[in-house]
Amino acid sequence: MTTPRLLLVASAGGHWVQLSRLAAAFEGFDAQYVTTLKGARAPCGERPVAVVRDGSQTDLVGLLVMFAQLLFIVLKFRPSTIVTTGAAPGVFAVRLGKLLGARTVWIDSIANSEKLSLSGRLVRKHVDLCLTQWPHLTDAYPDVQCFGSVI
Amino acid sequence: MLRIGHLILLSVGTQLPFDRLVRAVDDWAIAAGRTDVVAQVGPSTYAPRSLKAFPFLAPEAFRELQLNATIMISHAGMGSILTALEYGKPIIIMPRDHLRGEHRNGHQMATAERFKAVPGIYVASDEHGLIEHLTRLTELTGSQKLPPHAPASFTDRLRDFILRP
Repeated sequence: MTTPRLLLVASAGGHWVQLSRLAAAFEGFDAQYVTTLKGARAPCGERPVAVVRDGSQTDLVGLLVMFAQLLFIVLKFRPSTIVTTGAAPGVFAVRLGKLLGARTVWIDSIANSEKLSLSGRLVRKHVDLCLTQWPHLTDAYPDVQCFGSVI
Repeated sequence: MLRIGHLILLSVGTQLPFDRLVRAVDDWAIAAGRTDVVAQVGPSTYAPRSLKAFPFLAPEAFRELQLNATIMISHAGMGSILTALEYGKPIIIMPRDHLRGEHRNGHQMATAERFKAVPGIYVASDEHGLIEHLTRLTELTGSQKLPPHAPASFTDRLRDFILRP
């Protein structure tokens, strides 16, 4: 079996901390991390963390630049699987990855305890695995599963 | 000059301003004569008079401050909350109020509600609650340190999914 090529994507801050806590799932694979703030250290693997511009609904230029950067990264790295804890860069990564045949995993932030995040609601129909960290939310979204939480 | 072990760290994330929290902590620091408060204020526009404020801090420098802090104060963002739990530091959190334009939605209110019963986490619903916690600062205690990784039951299932043909 060939080693999975993982693209692991999270915005800086809480999304990044949550992705970092999941490193045990990615040990021994070829892992490329991507975040939005310079200077982060990869929680596992040899590859330096790639940095893309941050963006949000209120920063459309940022989103456009981020999209272009992620397109470049996805085309160059050719991941077999993409895992993201959000937010905006994760949305782009899983949508782009899907087009190129990668398996995609969305893990909604533990911050979203009342309903799935806006990003999560945007991607849940388009990913291979959509996880919430709150068991009660699986009732509201039949295509969403819960493997527990990062804490 | 910062006395090691007497550092208070305020952080509000990097994406959005949170002037209400920065101002409240600054006002308190002036009134209490505290010169040992370091603040990561992001794009906040309020200019602190007492806090040692930085818009952004490099991840390594930020981690160093978090490790040295005796108390953390932050918006109800998961980065600060999870780090406080990992380091066993007491943290006061004040959620951003989307009705005041401090965030795009009310998820920080929900986070504060969900985490208010967790040992080491002190929720302030507004500036008054914040001051109440700050006036009894020496009584605030951290939680038992959370391991720096998710439970194996989560990561094992995720790994299985990745390895599935």
